[in-house]
Parts: sequence; C-alpha cells; structure tokens
Amino acid sequence: MELSEDTLRKIEEVIPRYPEKRSAALMVIHLIQDELGCISDETCNWIAEKLELQPINIKELITFYPMLRETAWGKKHVRVCRTLPCALRGSYGTCKVLEEKLGVKEGHVRDDGEFSIEFMECLADCGEGPVVMVGEETFENIEGKGAEKFADLLLNDKLNSSSEFISYESALVTDSTPVKSTKKK
Amino acid sequence: MIKKTTPKERRIILKHADDPSYSNKIGCYLKKDGYSMLKKAFQMKPDEIGEEVLKSGVRGRGGAGFPAGMKWKFLDRKSGKPIYLVCNADESEPGTFKDRQIMYKDPHQLIEGMMIAAYAIQAKQAFIYIRAEFFEGARILEHAIAEAKKKNFCGDKILGSDFSCDLVVHRGAGAYICGEETGLIESLEGKRPNPRIKPPYFPAVLGLYQCPTIVNNVETLCNVKHILEIGGEEFAKIGKPNNTGTRIWCVSGHVKKPGYYEFECGALTLGEMIYDVCGGLLPGRSLKAIIPGGSSSKILRADERFTGKLKDGTDFDWGIEDIPLDFDGPASAGSMSGSGGIIVMDDTVDIVEAMANINAFYAHESCGQCTPCREGSLWMKKITQRMCDGAARKEDADLLLSVANQIEGRTICAFGEAASWPTQSFISKFRDEFEEKANNGNKKPPLQLI
Repeated sequence: MELSEDTLRKIEEVIPRYPEKRSAALMVIHLIQDELGCISDETCNWIAEKLELQPINIKELITFYPMLRETAWGKKHVRVCRTLPCALRGSYGTCKVLEEKLGVKEGHVRDDGEFSIEFMECLADCGEGPVVMVGEETFENIEGKGAEKFADLLLNDKLNSSSEFISYESALVTDSTPVKSTKKK
Repeated sequence: MIKKTTPKERRIILKHADDPSYSNKIGCYLKKDGYSMLKKAFQMKPDEIGEEVLKSGVRGRGGAGFPAGMKWKFLDRKSGKPIYLVCNADESEPGTFKDRQIMYKDPHQLIEGMMIAAYAIQAKQAFIYIRAEFFEGARILEHAIAEAKKKNFCGDKILGSDFSCDLVVHRGAGAYICGEETGLIESLEGKRPNPRIKPPYFPAVLGLYQCPTIVNNVETLCNVKHILEIGGEEFAKIGKPNNTGTRIWCVSGHVKKPGYYEFECGALTLGEMIYDVCGGLLPGRSLKAIIPGGSSSKILRADERFTGKLKDGTDFDWGIEDIPLDFDGPASAGSMSGSGGIIVMDDTVDIVEAMANINAFYAHESCGQCTPCREGSLWMKKITQRMCDGAARKEDADLLLSVANQIEGRTICAFGEAASWPTQSFISKFRDEFEEKANNGNKKPPLQLI
C-alpha cells in the first residue's frame, strides 16, 4: 500500500484531535479511501496497527457504513437519491436515464472504470429533488429532459463548463466569486 | 370568509443565509455583530446561561423535541469526568434539509452557538458529527473553525479567559442510524453505530467514552446564541407556549415551490404552508396525503378529520389544512413535527408504492442489533415490494401490520418506532388501497416510486 506524503501528513494530524485513538478510525479511513478509492485487507491491517486496534475493528466499519468500500467505484461516481421526496419528483426515471446514457447499471462500475452509479438513500436536499451527486458536487432538480441533457454533458466531460447545471456547492457565496444561481424550475 | 394574508417568514436562524452579499467567511459574520454573544456569555456564569436556555423553553430541533435546557440540567457534573458537547449534524431524516443551509451558508453561527453551549456546560472538547455526503460542508466548517481559532473565539483560552474548548469536525459515512444520539456516540468512538440502551446509557450521564455528554441538533445550538441575544424570557414569547422560537420547515414532494421556510412556531397552518407559502399543488392535481415530520412520522390523509382536546383543555376539530405548524399541532393530529420535514403527496401517488419506498429505506438503514427491527424491517420491505410487483395477497395488509406491531416498543432505540409508524399509519389510513392491490394484479402507475 502506497500513500502520498499529503495523506500521511493528514493522518498524523487527525489522530491527536481525539481523546482516544480509535475515534479517529472513520476519519483515517476517509482520508485513505479518498486517495485509493477503497480499503483492502492490507489497508485494514495498516490502519489497525496505526490506531493500536485489531484488523476486525476496522473491517467491521468498512462492512457496515454504506459509504465505505472494499472495492473502488468508477473514476466518476454518480449518486442518485432514491428516497421518497426525490422519488416523488422522479428520481427513478433519472436513475434510469443515467444508467442508459452512461452505460452502467446502478450499484456497478462500467467495464472501463470510467463511471459508476449508486442509487442511494437520502442526500438531505429533498426540496430540490431529484438530487444527483457527481463526485463531491450536488446537482438539483435533475429530471426528465433535463436528466438526459445532464447525462450527455457528464458523459462528454462537459458538466463543469455548462452554465445550465450549477452545483449547490459552486452556487454558494464566497468572498472571491460572484453569485451564481442554481437551476430552478 | 375574510381571506388572510400570506404569513410572513420570520428568519432568526437563517437571517443572513440567503443574502447574496453574505458569505460563509468570518469577515461577513463579524460585520453582522457575530461572536458578540460569545463575549456576552463570557461575562456570565455558566449556570446563568443554562438558566436562560431553560427559561426560553427551546425544544430540540432534531426530531424528539425535548427541551434543550432540561437536557443540559440532566448533565452529571458530580462525577468529575470530562464533559463533552456533540453537535448532531447528521441530518439523516428523509425530508429534512435545514441544517445543510446553516452549515454551508452560515457556519460561524453554529460555532458561536456551540462555544456558548460548551462554556455553559463546561465542556472542554466539542465535536460536530456531520454526514459524510456533506463533503464541502465539512471543509467549510473546518475552515470556519480555523478562522475562529485565529480570532480566539474557539480553542485555547477563549477570548483571553481561562476557558478552553477545542472543536473537531467528525465525518460519518452514510448511515442513518448515526442520527440517533447513542448510535452517534458509538460512531464517534470509532465503532459500529449500534445504539445503546437507556437506562443506563443516557448521554448526559454515560455518553462519549462513558463521560457526561450533551448531544444537540445544529438548529438547537444556533438557537442558544439567539436566546442569549433576546433573553430567555423574551425568546419564550416568540411562537406559542411550549412551542417557542422559530422553526425551519422543509417542504418537499408535490408542491410548486418546495424549500425551507423559517416561521415562528404556530404562526401558520399546514394548509397555509402548502397553498400560500409553497404556491399550492402542481397544476391539475389534488392533495392525497402529507407526512408532516420526516419519513418516520405518521402519515396524514387529506380528507381526515382530527378531533380531540388540546393540552390547554380546548376542543379541536381540524381538517388537514388546519393543523398548526408547531411541535404540538402535528402531535395532536396523531403524528409529530419531528425534524420539520413536510413531504407532500398528490393524487398521482400509489400509496402502496410510497410505503414500499419508505420500507426499503428502513430495511437498508436498520443497524441489525435488535432482531425485531433487523428482520421486521426486511420483511416489511419484501411484502410491500411484492405487492407492487403484482404478487399481493389478500392478507398482506394484516401481515404488514402484525410485523410492524411486533417491532414497535421492542428495540433498543427509537428506530424501531421510526420503522413501524409509517407502516401502521399507512395501513390504518389507506387500508382500501392495500387490499385493492390483491385484486388489481400488476397495474403500474405512472409515477414510479419503487
């Protein structure tokens, strides 16, 4: 297992924040998963040693928490909200469109590793459903014809340059950037 | 009948959040008099702050609605063990998206509220437990904490006093059960979030690392700052007795303008919220049902009458639109205001499909610790799923009800209730639609929910 200097430094920073080392487990797992995409048995052992735990103490976390992974998602991981408020706004249709356009079934990674889709539970943005996350960015009201357009842009790597779909995160007011507004129906 | 004017929002918590000139950086917060209440707090005795919070009557905004001041009172101060403060920012109840707005748009308000609370309960270490899907939210909070530390509003010797409190952002990993306070504590200890049994594990006595711990919701902790600003007694005059302050209601589903709206408690009815504030239903649709407090609260049928006696002894006879939006209103109607997530469903919804959608959620999220919940939630999912797939049986409604009744009250935590209340209420109110499924075969409605 190879970790970058940056990740190793962050791991050293995060452990002493807690009164007990074991508390740092989730944060250490996140840091490593962000870099490697998943937590292998070898990584489990490494984390356990680092936190003075048994490997099972880490393995039981990886196998419980929905966002922790034993195998990696695709390069671009798409999360579609499945839960009722988004479903009422058509998220089942949105997921189907994304599956067809991106060429991969939900819960799976495309053969070339480019895309993966996860039809997952509540993303806590229910007022603007259906909600779709691409990587760490949240896109709102992705539905019907809009979902097709969204999927096409995503497929052709043009989502970031599109003015039609602005993520919740990039629409936030920060000191240096001008105000953008998210797409509203 | 005289047409009332549309009720106006009263934004206390979200006062600045959507101002286009307001950012989540400390400069903006300080311009709006930010951290002045922290300064005020440090001129008071810790217990005096607790008294103000108690007087304010503020009830927890996370779901259970327990008075926050009372929770603080339960804190075991005699043990001599360190005291911890934990902010529950897991925001996991489907239909709720208010804490997101606070943390992404006004994080310093939360930090100030938390530092006042930490001083009041004398916690030297505080955590924000944030759901992992809020990637940017965690970064925003970390950045804000670093800014606050530089200005000495947080960390060592706050404002030059002898009081220090470190604040750490801790990310979850996508599990609903981490919103349950003892599950959250287990998770924060680096374990599976299996909730603990009460008694003896009341967090205020045996919480994080078996030490006294206060777990409060994001919105509740923000309120602490405003209670200090307004004064406990004056705060108690906002809203209604036993329902004080404002609440941020999150409306989702079939309305024209879903979103989050902050109102004084009891300032408007459910009908005013849906028809006036949210612009009404989508064109050509009629109202079928409302889930008033997040997906675990009991469903209300559009044509029901709700009758009974209020706590003050007066009789009430409400239609769904008359239910006051506060803590007690939805509770009087047999449901609850929960975390404030109002899910509106119109006549395009197949109620059995909606049930199946909710059951799939709870089956996925059960931690698996208690047998009735682990097995029961899965069976409820399987039964409603097969009903939607054209394999419904005559006895299914009763079977579902019997499974739900065997979960409720038989689990370590309230997840058991959260998983069974939807099934119990859906069947008691829409039994005809469940029974119809057995006669109708596999007719798929246009709106797919499962």
